[in-house]
Amino acid sequence: MKLNKIILSFVSALVILFSTSIASFAKVVGDKIILGAAISLTGKYSSNGVHTQNGYNMAVDRINSMGGVKVGGKTYKFDIIYYDDESNPKRAAQLAERLISQDGVEFMLGPYSSGLTKAIAPVTEKYGVPMVEANGASRSLFTKGYKYLFAVLAPANLYLDVAIETAVELNGGKPVRIAQAFEQDAFSQDVRLGILDAAERTGSKIIIDDKLPKELNDMAATLVKVKQMKPDVLVVSGHTKGALTAIRQIAEMKVDVPMLAMTHCDAAKLSKQHGKNSQYALCASQWHKSLTYKDDFFKDGMTYAADFEKEFGYDPPYQSAESSAALLVFKDAFERANSFDQKKVRDALAATNMQTFYGNIKFAPGGQNVDKPMVLFQVMCDASGSCENKVVAPLKWASAKLIHPIPKWSER
Amino acid sequence: MDFLVFQYPMITVQACLDGILLGVLFALIAYGMALQWGVMNIINIAQGDLVILGGYIAYFMYLYGIHPAWGVIVAPVIMYFVGIAIYKLVINKVVDRDLFISILATFGISILFMQLMNFAFGADVVLANSGYGTTMLFDSNVVLPNSKIFSAFISILFAACLVIYMKKSKLGRAIRATAQNARAAKILGVDTEKVYAATFGINAALCGVAGALISITFTIHPYMGLPYTIRSFMIVIVAGLGNLPGVAMSGMGLGVFEEFADYILGTEFRIGSVFLLLVLILVYRRFKLSRKREYLK
Repeated sequence: MKLNKIILSFVSALVILFSTSIASFAKVVGDKIILGAAISLTGKYSSNGVHTQNGYNMAVDRINSMGGVKVGGKTYKFDIIYYDDESNPKRAAQLAERLISQDGVEFMLGPYSSGLTKAIAPVTEKYGVPMVEANGASRSLFTKGYKYLFAVLAPANLYLDVAIETAVELNGGKPVRIAQAFEQDAFSQDVRLGILDAAERTGSKIIIDDKLPKELNDMAATLVKVKQMKPDVLVVSGHTKGALTAIRQIAEMKVDVPMLAMTHCDAAKLSKQHGKNSQYALCASQWHKSLTYKDDFFKDGMTYAADFEKEFGYDPPYQSAESSAALLVFKDAFERANSFDQKKVRDALAATNMQTFYGNIKFAPGGQNVDKPMVLFQVMCDASGSCENKVVAPLKWASAKLIHPIPKWSER
Repeated sequence: MDFLVFQYPMITVQACLDGILLGVLFALIAYGMALQWGVMNIINIAQGDLVILGGYIAYFMYLYGIHPAWGVIVAPVIMYFVGIAIYKLVINKVVDRDLFISILATFGISILFMQLMNFAFGADVVLANSGYGTTMLFDSNVVLPNSKIFSAFISILFAACLVIYMKKSKLGRAIRATAQNARAAKILGVDTEKVYAATFGINAALCGVAGALISITFTIHPYMGLPYTIRSFMIVIVAGLGNLPGVAMSGMGLGVFEEFADYILGTEFRIGSVFLLLVLILVYRRFKLSRKREYLK
C-alpha cells in the first residue's frame, strides 16, 4: 500500500516536471512564435471581439507572408492560440492563467475592452509575460505601474477632450457650457475625467452631468434637461447603446445643440442604423482609414481598409486596425530584442518608437501610447441620404471642414 | 440641479407624460406576468427575455423592409407558439411544484434565451426605425415622440382586447376558472393542461407585442431583458394578482415615479429607485399583513 503511494507520487512528480519542461519550450515551436489571446467570441462583446480577432489574424497572415519575424538570423512565423473568454472578466483571467501555465505561452495579445484587459493584466504581470493590447483604453490600466502591459491605443481620457477644445476655439476662445451623460463603466467614466480636465483647462462649465445606467436604453430625461438649459456642447459616452439611444432620442425630441460629441459611433454603425438623423454627430475614434500614416506591411489606412474588406467583407472599424497594429509592434520588438527572452522583449517593447498604418507608436512608462492623437470625425450625409464619416480634427488630417453649429431641426 | 423640476416647470409636465406613456407599456408586460402568476402560480423570470425576442422579430421585419409596426401583429403570433413550446418542454413539469422550483426553471430559460439570442442575432445593440416623427406641445416645450404615443395606444388596445376575451370567450372563462380553483375546474371538465399552455402562450404573445413596441421606441440587445422582468414583477406586486385596473394604474405610477427619480435623484438612480420602491412596498405589505393577522386572532 505504502509502496503504491510512493510510486504514485513519484510518477506524478515526473509528469509535472515533464509537462512544465515541455511548457517552457512551447513559446517558440520550430519556426513558430506562439502568442496567446483570450477574446470575446461569445457574450455581450462578441461583435467587437470578432473585430479584434480579425485584426489579429489579418496581421499574422500579412507578416508571415511577407517574410515573418527575423530573430538570431532565423525566420519565424506568428501563430496565435485563441480562447473564448465569453465576455466575462473572471473567465478571461482564468484563460490567461491557462495560456501561460498550461500552454506555455510567453507573449500575450490583449482581449477586447478595458474591463477584460483589467482582469488579465495582473496575471500577465505576475508571470512577467509581455502583453501588447489594442482594446483596453481605460486610464486606470496605466496608473497601476504595470511593467509588462503595452497599449497601442490612446487612453480613454483623451477620447473627447479634443471636442471641448474645438468647441472653445469656435467660441472665440471663450469657455463653453457643457452637458454630459456617461455610462457608469470604467471606460466611459475615464472619458468623463478627460472632459472634466478639458473643462477646467478652458474654464468651461459643466451644467449637466448625468450618469447613465448599464441597462441604458432611455435618456429622454437628460435630453429634456438639455432642451431646457441649452448647453453649447453635449457629450455622450455609453458604448454602442449610448450612441444609438442618443441619436434616436435627439432626433425624436428635436433637441437642438450646437455640438454633439460621442464615442463608439462606428461600432454602433450609426450612419447605417440612423441614416440622416445621425448627421453632424462628432465621434471620437482611435483611427480612420483616411489618415496618412504608413508602414511596410499594410502601406496605409486606405490600403488596409481595402484589403480588410476583401478578406472579411466589411469596412474595418478601428478595433480591427489597432489589433493589427499590435502584431506589428510585437514583430518590431522581437527583431530589436533579437531574442525570445521575456525581459529583453519587454525592454524592446518599452523602447518602441515606430510608425504603423494605424499611427505612431511610442509607449509612456505606464504603457499607454503617447504618440498617437485621437481623431474626431463628423457624420456627413449627402442629399440622397447616404452618410459618411469624415475626419474633421486634428486639422492635419481633416478631409472635411467641421460643420458648426449643428443646424436646428426646424431648418433641416 | 436638484430642483430642476421647479426651475423649469415644463419638465414636470414632460416627466408625467413620458412616465405615463412608458408605464402603459410596462403595464402590458406586467399584465402577462400577472395572468400566468395568477393562473399557474409561476413567476416568470424569463419575461423580459421574451420581450426582447419579440423585439427581434420586429427588428428583422424592419431589416427586410417591412415597417416594424407590423411587428405588433406578427410578433405575438410567433411568440404565442414560442410560449406554447416553452410550456410543453419545461413549464408543464414544474407547474404544480413549489414556487421556488418554477423560479429556478424560468431563470434557466432566461439564461438560455439570452445566450441563444446573442448567438443567433449577435451582441450588437439594434433598433427599428418607425419614422413616426414627433408631437410638440406647449410651444414645443414638451416633446412626445409619436413612437411612444403609438406604443401606448397599441398597449391599451391589446390589454382591452384581452380583457374582453377573458370575459366573453370560452377559453377566457376556463382560464379564470382555473385561476380561482384549478382542482374544481378540472372536476367540472376544464382541461387545465390546455388552459395552462394557452395562458403561457398568451403571456408570450403579450411580451411579443411589447417587444415589438420597444424595438420601435427604444433599443434592444440580447442582455437587456432583466429590467423588464423586474419592472413587471414590481407592478404585479403593487397591484396584486387578478387586478387589471390596478396593474394599469401601478404601471403608469411606476413610469412616472421612474421619470421623477431620474430628474430629482439622477439617471444613475433610475433603476435603483425601482428596487428601493420594491423593498419598501414589500415591507409595507408585510406590515399590513401582520396587523391583519393580529386582528383575526
